Amino acid sequence: MSEYIIKNGKVYDPKTGIKGDISDVCIKNGKIAEKVSSKAKIIDAKGKTVMAGAVEVHAHVAGPKVNEGRNFRPEDKLFTYQPTGKNTRMAGGFSIPTTFKTGYEYAKMGYTTVMEAAMPPLYARHVHEEIKDTPIIDEGAFPVFGNNWFVFEYLKNDEMDNVCAYISWLLRATRGYAIKIVNPGGSEAWGWGENCATVNDPVPYFDITPAEIVKGLLTANEKMGLPHSIHIHSNNLGNPGNFETTLDTLKIAEGVRPDNKFGREQVLHHTHVQFHSYKGDNWANFESGSKEIADYFNKNKNMTMDLGCVTLDETTTMTADGPFEHHLTSLNHLKWANVDVELETSSGIVPYVYDPNIKVCAIQWCIGLELGLLAKDPMRTFITTDHPNAGPFTRYPRIMKWLMSDKTRQNMLKGFKNSDKVIAATNLASIDRELTMYEIAQMTRAGPARSLGLYNIFGGLAPGMDADVAVFNIDEDRIEDPEDIEKAFSAADCVFKSGTMVVENGEVISNGNKRTLWVDAKIPMNQQVKRDVQMKFLKFYSMNLNNYEVSNHYVPNPYVIEVDN
Amino acid sequence: MDIVKLTLTKVPGLFLEAENITPDHFAGKNAQQIGELHVHLGNQTAKISDYFSVEGKGGATAADTRIIVSGPTDKVKYIGMKMTAGEIEIQGNTDMYTAAWMAGGKIHVKGNVDSFCAIGMTGGEFIVDGNAKNYLGASYRGDWRGMQGGKIIVKGNAGSDTATFMNGGTIDIGGNVDVHLGTHAEGGKIIVRGDAKGRVGGQMVKGDIFVLGQVERMMPTYIYKGEEEAELDGKKQLFKVWIGDMGERHGKRKGEIIYGKIYIPSDGAEGIAAATHVEKKKKLTEKQLDKVKEVFKDQEPTVQQVRTYIFDSFDVDMKPMQVSRLIEGLKR
Ligand SMILES: [Zn+2]
Repeated sequence: MSEYIIKNGKVYDPKTGIKGDISDVCIKNGKIAEKVSSKAKIIDAKGKTVMAGAVEVHAHVAGPKVNEGRNFRPEDKLFTYQPTGKNTRMAGGFSIPTTFKTGYEYAKMGYTTVMEAAMPPLYARHVHEEIKDTPIIDEGAFPVFGNNWFVFEYLKNDEMDNVCAYISWLLRATRGYAIKIVNPGGSEAWGWGENCATVNDPVPYFDITPAEIVKGLLTANEKMGLPHSIHIHSNNLGNPGNFETTLDTLKIAEGVRPDNKFGREQVLHHTHVQFHSYKGDNWANFESGSKEIADYFNKNKNMTMDLGCVTLDETTTMTADGPFEHHLTSLNHLKWANVDVELETSSGIVPYVYDPNIKVCAIQWCIGLELGLLAKDPMRTFITTDHPNAGPFTRYPRIMKWLMSDKTRQNMLKGFKNSDKVIAATNLASIDRELTMYEIAQMTRAGPARSLGLYNIFGGLAPGMDADVAVFNIDEDRIEDPEDIEKAFSAADCVFKSGTMVVENGEVISNGNKRTLWVDAKIPMNQQVKRDVQMKFLKFYSMNLNNYEVSNHYVPNPYVIEVDN
Repeated sequence: MDIVKLTLTKVPGLFLEAENITPDHFAGKNAQQIGELHVHLGNQTAKISDYFSVEGKGGATAADTRIIVSGPTDKVKYIGMKMTAGEIEIQGNTDMYTAAWMAGGKIHVKGNVDSFCAIGMTGGEFIVDGNAKNYLGASYRGDWRGMQGGKIIVKGNAGSDTATFMNGGTIDIGGNVDVHLGTHAEGGKIIVRGDAKGRVGGQMVKGDIFVLGQVERMMPTYIYKGEEEAELDGKKQLFKVWIGDMGERHGKRKGEIIYGKIYIPSDGAEGIAAATHVEKKKKLTEKQLDKVKEVFKDQEPTVQQVRTYIFDSFDVDMKPMQVSRLIEGLKR
């Protein structure tokens, strides 16, 4: 394998503590190395920024929900297609790009590892088929557990060993990475035409509350010592006043210590917090609750979050939170798709236009950025758009620009049609913090990698780590125009994935050697869980158990994270 | 105003995609530069000059540019796409997507146009002397933004799904329209001076549809509201009004619910034919039959082609099975 030395770049690497010092990065045999031989190819990074490959902690990029979005939104593809190139296949789509475009665009921005945030276990095969067709980036997928009948019944009966055995089996059966919880209890209640709006609303028939579900799965996660913590989208998403539900959910994890061998320091990851930080009690007096949420996060160090920034684009919302999508279609009157995933979850899709001239949209834009600026620890705060829900992931460079430039933010604020009302309902006008390049590296590399339990492999530039490296044509000390930030991060100068150069001058030059990350929790299936699984498949599932499990050929290049307890 | 004359000199084997034929692209260019602009044929790219002779030059701006397209342009798509100003005159027929997403200026087609013309139109004027096929002034597939502004005038007939998701502007059809008129509409005004074939205003939220001939069958989700005076062609006239679609959501204005409205002239109205039910002819005359034979001589037309031709040319609505037998007869 070829050797490279990236010379004289400004390196930002929280793993080794380098904060913009001029330094060389060596690559050998696919790993970061102490030194390389004289045969190494030299990359001149003088005046440029060098970081580890970025790690995406939460995006919807593969599976039935994403594909249904593609199917029912032909207008999202209109005028977006790029023909086959020298190293690329035909690719298109804006908010729901094709699998190929997904791989290319992430790579061009210097992202090398991506987590698909919601895998319905029943359709895990579809998720892996799409992951397989997404080039370059390593990917994992989080199966959803928050509305699963097995989980409900075992938790209700206080059978923690069975919960763990079932989770371990399902992670293996779906080649899944972590425990995802979406609107705990609420998506199942939706099957009964209801929802769980607070953590204490019982699920019909099962008579279990969201608080019990979250507490139970959190306990199981730590008992099993999984690399990632529970990854939660709490109840009452998108509604004015929901910041209280969010705090109620976070309190469940208060004081719980992480228990794992992966260097993970949190017991709960709350995703797209922007959607969960709303004050007011209707859309007229809707306002930002970012202060309350950020204060709580700052005090409780055993939690991480990602932002879910609104980018003010026309996009496609999609979530396993079925009742929310029904609520949304009744608000914007656009088309709606809905699916009930048998014993496991539900799902919905609605297009959405975040119009800067609409007060609520502009306030949502403020909240996402406020959370990123009010959070004191960038190692626990990650940049996302909950792609494609609050905007497409291709806008990350724009979000970095907004977080790094107060001037750009204030100009945006002043330019809104309802500027005064937006400023009155938010905190952004009074926040002048500008994030540094090092903090961006924490929020997009080191932080998410640590939170996923992958910080010994990804997200840093210490010798022995995977050689995922990105070089950007920007110098933090010589930024004349904030637009340069967006430009530089949109098309990296060069990107290495596991030591292979995949992007050069902003263009994809190699399809790399993509791997699928999954977690083998190694808890043996006990007799009761085995029997319960067989019974449920006989009685309720529309599918035979043999057709359910993801067999090896769906995951041709696995990267198994093994848990030894 | 400068004039550019394009004459089709070579009939393309495949359909020619010519979105560059707009005043916006021609402005500031001479004949040679215009000839260099690309056209697509399937997955191949060619130049305008490979298919057209180019005379004259573009004006300083789009508004100063007039384009005259002549020759057998039946297989040319996308003329005038996204144009914002200036004029295009097309002397023959054109294919799909003519005037698609047009935002301003004027396009005058002297022949017929195919489907998806003026979809997503936001402004300007689109005039067709002949007939238009399906999805005139509708939205792009999947989109909820059909015609939003401007004016479409078709002197002949229009096909099915005209004005789907329309939410502004005016469509004026001189002849008849096929099924699904103004589906999902949320604004705008449609005038059909002939008959409408049924399923008019399905899922319409808001907007006005005038049918001066007959509506073959009113949707069951429309309610007859009574007679009402409304202005048409600068004259106040009495109409029978239906409101709906009752299966859809509707907004309120000053406490009153706003419905979609279908207007049909009252019997007593002056100058407008009464909305009496006329059974459509189902058979061809000997003379018409000869014409069909002549047009499709030495061809193997599909049932749909022949049926559409008969409907457009003679206003006769034949059943597919009848047409199929007719084609069999033509072969003998
Ligand atoms: Zn999400």
